[in-house]
This record gives sequence, structure tokens and C-alpha cells, in this order.
Amino acid sequence: MTTHPETSTPTVGTPRHAATAEPAEGNVLRRLNQRRRDAQAAVRQRWQGLPKWQRVIAVLAFVVFLYYLPWLGYLPGGAPPRNPVANIQIPPFHLLRTDLGAGGSPWAAVLFTCALYVMVAIGLNVVIGLAGLLDLGYIGFFAVGAYSVAIFGSVDSPVVQALQERFGLSQNWAVGWALCIPIAIVLTSVSGVILGWPTLRLRGDYLAIVTLGFGEIIRIAARNLNGQSGPNITNGPRGISAIPGPEGPPSPDNQIFGLVDAKPWYWLALTLVILMVLGVRRLEHSRVGRSWLAIREDEDAAAVMGVHGFKFKLWAFAIGAVLGGTSGFLFASRYAYIDPNQFDLQLSILFVAMVVIGGSGNMVGVSVGAILLVYLPERFRDLDEWRMLYFGLAMVLIMILRPQGLIPSRRRARELADRAEEVSGGRHRRAEEATINA
Amino acid sequence: MLLELQDVKVAYGRIEALHGISLHVNEGEIVALIGANGAGKTTTMRAISGLRPLSGGKIIFNGEDISRLRADLRVVRGLCQAPEGRQIFPGMTVLENLDMGAYTRRDKAGIAADLARVYDLFPRLKERAKQAAGTLSGGEQQMLAIGRALMARPKVLLLDEPSMGLAPMLIRQIFEIITEISQQGTTILVVEQNAQQALSRAHRAYVLETGRIVKEGTGNDLLHDPAVREAYLGVA
Repeated sequence: MTTHPETSTPTVGTPRHAATAEPAEGNVLRRLNQRRRDAQAAVRQRWQGLPKWQRVIAVLAFVVFLYYLPWLGYLPGGAPPRNPVANIQIPPFHLLRTDLGAGGSPWAAVLFTCALYVMVAIGLNVVIGLAGLLDLGYIGFFAVGAYSVAIFGSVDSPVVQALQERFGLSQNWAVGWALCIPIAIVLTSVSGVILGWPTLRLRGDYLAIVTLGFGEIIRIAARNLNGQSGPNITNGPRGISAIPGPEGPPSPDNQIFGLVDAKPWYWLALTLVILMVLGVRRLEHSRVGRSWLAIREDEDAAAVMGVHGFKFKLWAFAIGAVLGGTSGFLFASRYAYIDPNQFDLQLSILFVAMVVIGGSGNMVGVSVGAILLVYLPERFRDLDEWRMLYFGLAMVLIMILRPQGLIPSRRRARELADRAEEVSGGRHRRAEEATINA
Repeated sequence: MLLELQDVKVAYGRIEALHGISLHVNEGEIVALIGANGAGKTTTMRAISGLRPLSGGKIIFNGEDISRLRADLRVVRGLCQAPEGRQIFPGMTVLENLDMGAYTRRDKAGIAADLARVYDLFPRLKERAKQAAGTLSGGEQQMLAIGRALMARPKVLLLDEPSMGLAPMLIRQIFEIITEISQQGTTILVVEQNAQQALSRAHRAYVLETGRIVKEGTGNDLLHDPAVREAYLGVA
């Protein structure tokens, strides 16, 4: 019973010369794949076999490690040369850092970017991975989140300036950072519903094209709402500066969330990532998550089971929009300046690539995808000019070798296999019919 | 009359697939709808379950006009379909699939009882409860689709081609189970290409040809009707 059909090797020793090459190669791949799967299953079993308190401690240790990461390769307390006591290298970990060679990016800043994109990946994973809706315009929500804090929180924003004038407020008045958060949540969820309401009747590729358009609409609208081609809301291509952070508007007096030291920003982003992971996990195992799963696997079958597809798809869009908006919000706060060109199509494609390469449907997978796509180009800056080439190559290789992503959810892998089977099954059937007709 | 179709028309774009179908299902009956490929059987099913909008006519269920009701709300009313072929959720386990069947219900005790009943009808599903549904054989997937629909505890169970792609022995087995489900008190409308089995099990039956009902009668009558025998049973 336990022998797997895939592990049998019928081609070995058979005298079919012409056909042996390819199946043999296929067998090597298959055997490797099988071995990997066995190893994975063993690890999973071992993990699940541990007592609960040991698992909790392991997870907590990992979280502590994540918070320690800015000092990676050194003792905590500050990177060299500020803290000589801590200036003790712990090889080989310091090799992972990006700031050792000349012109390397500050390590904590890279970590912050990683955490930021992990947030994006987790949010987009709700839409693509859980609900199965291919959204290519996720950048739009990211931009709405970023512009929420910029338009309401910055003294440089035309909206804030207009409010100051209208109500006779001081030149320094703007909506507080903390108050911008609920504003951003409302604006992003509303934009999610606005995009979702008319478009969620579409399926698959059609939805992808419409959402692609949405991302562009937001960017172009942000560029054109400059006072000349429309009312002045975003300052157009000039962008909005002086965007506040948790400590208020950017200023050299800020003790924690300044522009130079990225460590506090990284810790803030990491904390948000952890909260998101916990929230999305709960969602995934709730009735909403079950409905998404059913819709993703077979929308018609879900409908005849009593799932109101439209409602839950709209939920996925709204929740995804809020999570993406949160990342955009943090992005704008960190850099204190945004302009429309930061939200271009290329970034939108990068977002989708993170999810697809990592393994959609699996939060660990999409996080790894996000980290790889941010970290690798930073670590290997010397090869920067070739970035797009490697990127494209990696995408093609993934599509050929692991279409389900690097660390896929087991369900997604199963669904993909099922779909492939259906397609090839159809092909066999057609071939049979053809031979019968002939 | 539990379910009634009055002059139902369905069109795909400008092409009309159903040219006005009228049929009814009484409580406790097994009613079969037989016809060849492309006669409009599956379209009829999709119209009843709400996956396809009507371009004319009415569907009355339990005294209520449900012609414009959303598909998911029809399930709440007690109309549940086991879709044809492979329309199970392949990435979910067998048990999760069955749980999806009870999606609209909240009575835990009732759900547990129905799960036991489904396992009773299909012991095979119990053996495979933890297995991904996509890895089941065709016959097992068909059993799962029927079992899943039963989990909704429907007043009327709609079965779309339960015999599709199955070996003759399995087809007999599936129809025996359908009879058993009917005897346990569920009304059944079954759409079939395998006229022999369907007609011998059904109380009444309709013959569908290119979007029109061309014959109706008791299952036995149609089974012995020379025209039906020639067209659908391959007997001259």
C-alpha cells in the first residue's frame, strides 16, 4: 500500500532507446522531489510530535531572534563603530549583512524594507492565496495608504493647508499621526470595496486586467490632482514631504523614529508583521477562511453549498486593501516623502512575484518570497545592473520547476496538481477519440 | 408539488438552450430527466440551482417563486445540488468537503448525525476521511459529491449525472444508494445519460431533446416505450 506509484522506475533496463533519456531524467527529478517531500513530512511530524510548551518556546525564540536581527553578526547593543564592546564579530553571520562592502545599504534599512514587503506579501496573500483572486493592482491600495497619512498628516499637503486657511489654524497644524491610522483604514477599505463591487463579477484573467488598470488609475490620479489638471490634493508629481511618523513630523529632535537610524522602524514593522500573521491565521481558520477556500477551489460548487461568493470576495478585497494600505502608511511615515512615481507598475508586479515565487496561500512562503526579492538584490549590489535579468530568469525557472512556489501551501499544491490532471486528462481523451475516429 | 418548473427558458448569449421546459417533482419522488449530450440536462440543473439566470419562465419551490433567488439562498431553502463530475473541492480533505456541505447549518448535533448517515451510506468515505479529495478515484469523488450535498439535509436533492465516467458495477451501486436515500425521505431529481438505470429507479421521468421536453411518464412506461428504447437504450 505504501509504495508510491511515482517512485517505481519502469524505464530502467527497458530497451526503448529513443524514449529512455527523457523519462530517466524525469525519474531523477521525481525521486529527488519524493525524497524532499519525505523529509518535509518527517520534519512536520517531528514538530507536531513535540509537546506544546516546547513549540511555544521555539516560536518565541525565533521571534526574539527576529528582533535581534539588526545586530546580526555582532553582540546586541549597536553596530560598530558606535559601541566598541559590542564590536565583536560572530562569524559567519556577519557575512549576511549588506553594509560591509563599500556602497552597501545600511543593514537595518534593508531589514525594514524586508519587513515592509513581508507586510505587503501577507496582505496580497489574503487576496491571491486565500481567496484566489489575481489582483495585479495591489500597489493601488499601498498608494492609498501612503497618501492617507501624507494628505492628512503633513503640513506640506494642500488639503491640510486648505483646512488651516479655512478654519484659521496655525501653520503647524495637521492631523495627528495616530488619528491618520483610522482615516487610512477607512479610505483603503472603501477603495477596496469600490474596486471590488463592479469588478468581482469577473473571473480569472479578466479580473487581473481590471485590477491592473486600477493600480495605474491611482498613480495617474495622484499625478494629476495637482491643482492644474484637477483640484490640488496630492501636489502632483512634486510629491508631499514632511510626512509624520509616530513621533510627529520629521525633525532632528526625534529621539526614536528618525530618518537615519532604521532600527526602531524595523522593530515597528516587525511588530506589525507579527500582528498581521496572527490576525490572518485566525481569519484563515474561521468561517470566512473556509468560504474563501471553497470559492478558490470551485466557485460554482461553493455557490451550491450555500456560500455567498460575492460577499466573501469583497471581504477579501477589503481586508487585503487595509493590510496593503497599512504597509503603504508605514512606508510613507518612514521616508517622510512620497510622490506618484514610487507607485509604478513595476512595484506592483514585484508584489505579485513575491507571492507567486514564495508560494501563494502559505504565509511562510510569501514572506520568504518577499525577503528573497528584497534581500538578494541588496546583498549582491555588485550585480545590480543585471537585476531585472536575474529576476526574469528566476521567474521563468520557478514557473518551470516549481509552479506552486518555493514553499507552497499543501492545499494549493494539490489544487494545481488536480487542475493539471484535468487538462492532461482532457488531452488524453481527445487523443483517444482522434485515434478512434482515424 | 415540491418543485415546479414553468416554461423555463435559458439562453447563452443569443442562443437559447432551453426553449421552455415545464416539469414538476412531488415530495418523496425520484424524478429522472434523461437525454443525450447537449440536450440541455446540465443547463436545466444549473437553472434550478441558480448558477444560470433564466431568460423566461418560473421556478417554484415549496410554494415560493425562486426564479430570481441567489444560488446560495436556494441552498438555505432546501435545494441542494451534487454537481456533475469532478466538482468537489480537490484541496480539502474528504471530511472538510463534507463539512462544506453543512455550510448553511448551525445545529451541531444534526450535522454529526448526518455525517454518520453519510458514512453509513458510503463507508468508503469514512476510510478516506483525512485524504485530500483530489486524490480520490472518480467513483469515490462522485460518492463524495452526493454525500456533501446530503450534508445540507436538502428537501430536494439535485443529482447531475451521478453515473458519469463510472464503471457499470459502480453505476449500479450508486443508483442503489440513490434509492436508499429516497427511501430515507429525501426527494430526488436526477439528470442522467444512463437511461436504463435512471428509468428503472425513478418514479417518473422526462425525456429532454434539444432544449424541449418531448416525453414524460412513469419510469416503467418510458423504459418500455419503443421510441425511448431505440433512442436511449440502444434497443431497436
